Amino acid sequence: MNFWVVFRKEMLEQWRTYKVLIVGAVLFLFGLSSPLLAKFTPEMLAAVPGLPAGMADFIPTPTVGDAITQYLKNMSQFGILLALLMSMGSVAQEKERGTAALILTRPVSRGTFILAKFAALKVTFVASLLLAALGCWYYTYLLFEALPWGPFLLMNGLMLVVFMVYVAMTLLCSTLVRSQSGAGGLAFGGLILLAGLGAIPRLAEYLPGRLFEWGASLVLGTDLTDWPALWVSLGLIAVCLLAAGLIFRRQEL
Amino acid sequence: MNTIKVEGLVKTYGKVKALDGLDLHVEPGSVFGFLGPNGAGKTTTMRILTGLARPTSGRAWVAGVDLATEGQDLARRIGYLPEEPAFYGWMTPLEFLDYLGRLYGLQAKIRSARVKELIDLVKLGDSGKRRITGFSRGMRQRLGLAASLVNQPEVLFLDEPASALDPAGRKEVLDLIEGLRGQCTVLMSTHILADVERVCDVIGIMARGKLIVQAPRQKLLDQVATPVFEVEAEDADGLHTWAVSGRTLPWVASIDFNGNTGRILVKDRNLAKRELLPNLLQAGLVVNRYEELKPSLEDVFLHLVGEEGLQ
Repeated sequence: MNFWVVFRKEMLEQWRTYKVLIVGAVLFLFGLSSPLLAKFTPEMLAAVPGLPAGMADFIPTPTVGDAITQYLKNMSQFGILLALLMSMGSVAQEKERGTAALILTRPVSRGTFILAKFAALKVTFVASLLLAALGCWYYTYLLFEALPWGPFLLMNGLMLVVFMVYVAMTLLCSTLVRSQSGAGGLAFGGLILLAGLGAIPRLAEYLPGRLFEWGASLVLGTDLTDWPALWVSLGLIAVCLLAAGLIFRRQEL
Repeated sequence: MNTIKVEGLVKTYGKVKALDGLDLHVEPGSVFGFLGPNGAGKTTTMRILTGLARPTSGRAWVAGVDLATEGQDLARRIGYLPEEPAFYGWMTPLEFLDYLGRLYGLQAKIRSARVKELIDLVKLGDSGKRRITGFSRGMRQRLGLAASLVNQPEVLFLDEPASALDPAGRKEVLDLIEGLRGQCTVLMSTHILADVERVCDVIGIMARGKLIVQAPRQKLLDQVATPVFEVEAEDADGLHTWAVSGRTLPWVASIDFNGNTGRILVKDRNLAKRELLPNLLQAGLVVNRYEELKPSLEDVFLHLVGEEGLQ
C-alpha cells in the first residue's frame, strides 16, 4: 500500500539532503583510488630517501590482485561505515521529530514505511557501487589489465549484499530507539559483534564478511565459494527487516 | 449517531493512569472543545483516537470505525494536527501537501487543485515554494492545519492548535477552525479557555483521565458556573473586616480580594441577591460598585477541576 509514493519521497529526500551525493562521491573516490594506491604505493616506498641499499628489491611488483585487494579493503571499511551513517536516523529521527506520527496517521502501513526506506537506501548503494566499480575497473585497466566484467560485477554484487546487511541491521536499531545517536551506537555494537564473531574461524565462513573473500576469488580466479555466507547474509537482511516491521507496528508514536 | 464514541477507555503507563475509564460522545458536525489542565489525558485520548497509541482497555469508534478491529480504515477518514506539527524541512509546502495527496491516492488533477485550495485557505500562497525549514511557528501551524484537511476528513483532531502562537497567529488559526464548522466534526483540545469560548459549541472537561462534564457551551455556563458578585468598597480595610464574618454566611462559598474590590462566590444566587447588599450596608461599608458578574468558562473550569482535585 503506497509503497511507491513513500519510496519516491525517500529518494527525493536522499537527493535533497545530499545523501546520494555523499555515498556516491565517497565510494567513487575509493573505487578510483584503489588501483592507483596499489600501483603507486610500492613505487613511493621505493622512492623514500635513505632507504637501505637492496631494500627496494624486497618491495614486490604490484599486480592486479593488489588492486582488487585494495578495492575490497576500502569498500569494506567505508561502504559499511556509510551504511551505518546513512541508515541510523531513518526511523529514529522521524520518531524523534514527529514526522512519523504525521505520516503514519495517513494510509501508510508501518511495514511500507520501513521497506520504502530500505529500498531507497539500496538504490543509493547500487548506484554508488556501480560508480565505484566503473572507476576501479577503468583505472585497473589503465594501470594493470582489463578485469573480466562478469566476475567483477558479481564481486560488487556480493559487496552490495554485505552493505545491505548493515543497512537492514541499522534500520532495525533505528526502529528500536528514538534517537539517531542511540541507533548509531547500537548499530556500531552490532558491527563490533559481527567482527568479533568473524574472528572465530569456524563461524567466519557463515558471516557476511566472508563475501568479500568470495568476491576476490571470483575476480582472481581462485577456487572459493561460500554459499552459506550468502544465505546467512540474505537471511539476516530478511530477519532484520521483518523484526523492524513487527516492532514498529507495536510501537506507540 | 455519534461521530466519536468512547467507552471506558483506560491507558496506563507503568503505574501512571493517563486515562481512567474515559467515556465520550461527540455528535456529527460539532466543534467539540476538549478542555483540561496539563496532564489531564487530552493528548493521550487524541493519540488513541488517531491510532498512534493503543488503549490498555476500553473501546472507541471514530466515524463508525471500530479502532480495535478496523483501525486500518481510520486513516482515510480522519485528519490530525499534533500540538507541534513536524514536517520534512527540505520540502516546500506545495510538495508536502502533494505528497499527502498522493498517499490518499488523489488523481493528479484533483490533487493539484486540492493543494492550491488548501494553500490559499491557510494563506501560504507567497511561501508555497519556499522550503519549510525556515518557517515560523505560526506558518507551521497553518501548514499543519492544511495538511490535516487534504483528504477532506469526516473527523478532525486538533491538539492544542493555537496554544503556542502569538495573538495574531492564534486569531488566524481560530478563524480557520471556525470556518470548518459544518464541514466536518472537530475535536479540539486546549487549555486556553478563551479559544474554546470563541469556537466550540460543545465542551467536555477532563481531569485525571476522566471526563467530568460534557455539555453545550451555554448550558454548561448556565448550569455549572458558580454565581459571582463583585463589590468595590470605599474602604479596603472595612471590606476585609466584613469578610471575616461574611465567610461564615451559609450562602457564601469564598471571598477573594484585589485592593478594595472583593470577589464573592456564592452558593445560592437568589439568596445572595436578596441578602448581600443589605449585609454590606449594615456593616457600615460605603459601596462604590456592586455587580453580579456573568459567569465565564474560566469559573466553570476552575470550579469543576478544583472539585475533582479535592476528591
